[in-house]
Amino acid sequence: MTTTENTARSVPKPTFTDAEAGAKEFPDSGPSARRYNYFKPAKRKQTHYEDVTVEVQPDPRHYLTQGWIYGFADGSRGYPLNWTKLKAWGVDDPEPERGPGSGGKPVQDWPAHGWHEFRDPNEEWELTMFRYNANVERQIGQNVENARNNKAFQQWTQNWVRFVERHVGAWMHIEHIFGLYIFAACNRSGPTNMHNTAMAVNSEHKIRFAQDLALYNLTLTEEIDGFDGAAHLEAWNNDAEWQGVRKVAEALTAVDDDWGEMIFGTNIVFEPLLGELFRSNLVQQSAPGNGDYVTPTVMGAGEYDFAQRDLRWTQACMGLLTQDREFADHNKQIMQGWLSHWVPQCLEAARQLQPLWSQPDAKPPRFEDSLDRAKNRFAGILNDLGLDAPKELSQ
Amino acid sequence: MSRQSLAKAHQKIQELSWEPQYHEPYMKYGTDYTFRKAAKKDPLKQVLRSYFPMQEEKDNRVYGASDGAIRGNMFRQVQERWLEWQKLFLSIIPLPEISAARSMPMLFQAVPNPELHNGQAIQMIDEVRHSTIQQNLKRLYMNNYIDPAGFNNTLRNFHSDYCGTIGRQFAEGFITGDAITAASIYLTIVAETAFTNTLFVAMPGEAAANGDYLLPTVFHSVQSDESRHISNGYATLLMALSDEDNRQLLERDLRYAWWNNHRVVDAAIGTFIEYGTKDRRKDRESYAEMWRRWIYDDYYRAYLLPLEKYGLVIPHDLIEESWNQIWNKGYVHEVAQFFATGWLANYWRIDGMTDEDFEWFEYKYPGWYDRYGKWWENYNRLSRPNGHHAIVAEDVDYVYPHRCWTCMVPCLVREDMVVDKVDGQWRTYCHEACRWTDAVAFRPTYEGRDTPNMGKLVGHREWETLYHGWNWADVIQDMGFVRDDGKTLTAQPHLDLDPKKMWTLDHMRRMPHVASPNVILNEMSDSEREAFVADYNAQGPAGRPAGATS
Repeated sequence: MTTTENTARSVPKPTFTDAEAGAKEFPDSGPSARRYNYFKPAKRKQTHYEDVTVEVQPDPRHYLTQGWIYGFADGSRGYPLNWTKLKAWGVDDPEPERGPGSGGKPVQDWPAHGWHEFRDPNEEWELTMFRYNANVERQIGQNVENARNNKAFQQWTQNWVRFVERHVGAWMHIEHIFGLYIFAACNRSGPTNMHNTAMAVNSEHKIRFAQDLALYNLTLTEEIDGFDGAAHLEAWNNDAEWQGVRKVAEALTAVDDDWGEMIFGTNIVFEPLLGELFRSNLVQQSAPGNGDYVTPTVMGAGEYDFAQRDLRWTQACMGLLTQDREFADHNKQIMQGWLSHWVPQCLEAARQLQPLWSQPDAKPPRFEDSLDRAKNRFAGILNDLGLDAPKELSQ
Repeated sequence: MSRQSLAKAHQKIQELSWEPQYHEPYMKYGTDYTFRKAAKKDPLKQVLRSYFPMQEEKDNRVYGASDGAIRGNMFRQVQERWLEWQKLFLSIIPLPEISAARSMPMLFQAVPNPELHNGQAIQMIDEVRHSTIQQNLKRLYMNNYIDPAGFNNTLRNFHSDYCGTIGRQFAEGFITGDAITAASIYLTIVAETAFTNTLFVAMPGEAAANGDYLLPTVFHSVQSDESRHISNGYATLLMALSDEDNRQLLERDLRYAWWNNHRVVDAAIGTFIEYGTKDRRKDRESYAEMWRRWIYDDYYRAYLLPLEKYGLVIPHDLIEESWNQIWNKGYVHEVAQFFATGWLANYWRIDGMTDEDFEWFEYKYPGWYDRYGKWWENYNRLSRPNGHHAIVAEDVDYVYPHRCWTCMVPCLVREDMVVDKVDGQWRTYCHEACRWTDAVAFRPTYEGRDTPNMGKLVGHREWETLYHGWNWADVIQDMGFVRDDGKTLTAQPHLDLDPKKMWTLDHMRRMPHVASPNVILNEMSDSEREAFVADYNAQGPAGRPAGATS
């Protein structure tokens, strides 16, 4: 046996530098200098969420003294404030005019306009969004695995199997479209980093939930004899009951260049009137009577996303605008117009869904009762926002 | 569900692909590229069921290490020379990251292949991660490093500083203009595939050598997401290549994206790695050596060249020229010298070079001392206020450079500077490739072809313009680069924190006024301008006046 000679390895030499906080006293060495000082927090003390999101997206009305440096072909640049008809105070004030010898003209009284007042009440950033979504995925996985081990799917009636394969399956498409083509799409459009990050996180919920439903569908295909894993496509593409919902969902993606209307139409109108109507008032209510305790746990995760998080940020965002110190009336008028446009479409789509209420063996509450519940919830949301329920709601 | 294979799960989620039946989504972002519905597969094969827990686990490791760094008091051995440059880097990088998230929906619309949208959506989520995790790292430095100034007003600084504006190309370039040019070619094909190697691998390695193991912890975690993004870019590129009409645009965009990335990333990261380190082991790789390995060999030879057989026209000339700039023309050294010349206009402290540094540079870049050594000796001589001005206003054989209108890095390789009258304004460019970018590529027609979706270069691209005729003290105050005593500058040309050795607004007040080179250029007559160009091209190296002998 031979030994190998150790050659000296080249490694960096650690050096004691004493470069830790408090090692010396000099201007800016005190504790008060150890906070981000370029924005005003919403409350007395700035939050971790604010520290990692506020001002990451620049604004020429704040500190962006050289202005945006790339423009679109039509001359628009950065994150134009007119990419929605909604307005926040200060937006009609002219941008600082800068040129030779003008100086930087940084904002003197932060913020320069009301859009910057928005904070996501869920305080989402990377740490929170991965923890939350990973927990949801783990919980769903465990629920379904437990049901599989207990042969829980064998308790389902044939009619319920058909219902889940077609209609619970069809819902995945709505979530997917909203995730990618509403919320992800709009994360390029909002006026501040707080808006766009909230939209990106909302998008994550939707895309994740769509995939949860798809993979649940795959599990059922593997576990239940005769479960048709492709039936959701047939329902989505051809069932008359689904075409109204599909039409509204697609129309929301086609809103003409207004991220505010897309978000409002989706989270304030569609979700309470159609999303919760289907998820909570039909599926969640029907499943237990039909021997299914699993589907509600999958559906419930998506429902929690909306009811506790996605609606929350949207209300905070829109609520600031309906109470805006300069444009409250303007914004309410715009939103009322959007309500008049989207509510009838959603109600019409809801009525097209009505036949689904009679399909399970164990019936859920009556469709009209379910719809009334959804309408009441919707009216409450509008009331919180200071908006009037549109006359179409009583139809 | 847990027993399902990833391939099966991924195949299942393809059933979510949406073909609009009643309404087409609003097309907000245009492109001049055309795509056949080529059957490109989602290269990631990632489903969120496994993605979220994986990312959470990565987070747990990063935050665990952060906690450990504080408990173990990493900052007792962090090199200040290194961490000061992080005040610049970490002020820039969260915006490019979040911009990459914002750019993904531009691709949903431009690339009509729903299968790829899954990968793009995951990239969007990754990028939100990167931006906020980096913003958080900076917060940790602010709280625990000896000198929080520059970290604590980081984003105000970044938005108003000329270096920040240079860095912003690496953000706005992802989200503005033609959707494919921006979000695919510039972002994923060039920035992520080529230059994240130096950004997120080489630089963290240097951080570790300087006692900072948090930067590697965060950035290697970030880099582990980048491979997904590279796959996204590759799939889109192959789709684009399948359409003959795209080849002219691909050639244009690859030239622009390559050259701009070289100008911006090599300037910044080259400086951090070469001038921000205290690790002068002779066998540690120089930036030039890293560049040759990771960008020239791994990207150019291993990634780009094989695409030639699919019809991609590769900018061989610009790639060779970039190497020429780095190796023969001292690009990184010229940039570092300029940063140090203008130390007072920034928000971090720049350490001078020592004899040990000189020796290393001479070993790695033979001839370095003859070019740059004397200037750095002057930098040290003038670093403490002692009745003289800051180096920018002293006679040290350095001609203050003009700025490149396109990449906004000054025209430092003097012989390459060109001027052109574009949009009614005389502009200087650091190189013909940058002139071409502004005057030819970013235009509504290209080689006789309509390119109505191509973006524009806009904004106040020369920083000095805004402060033409201003006193330096007022400039610094206006930008907010002042410490909490109201007079000491955030920036310093040394690392000594003794208040008596630190420059203040009073020192700046005595200096000559700022003058905008571009304003002056536009006041010249034709003959004056010709003489100016001839003189400028004869200057250098190291910014020496034309005709200087040493």
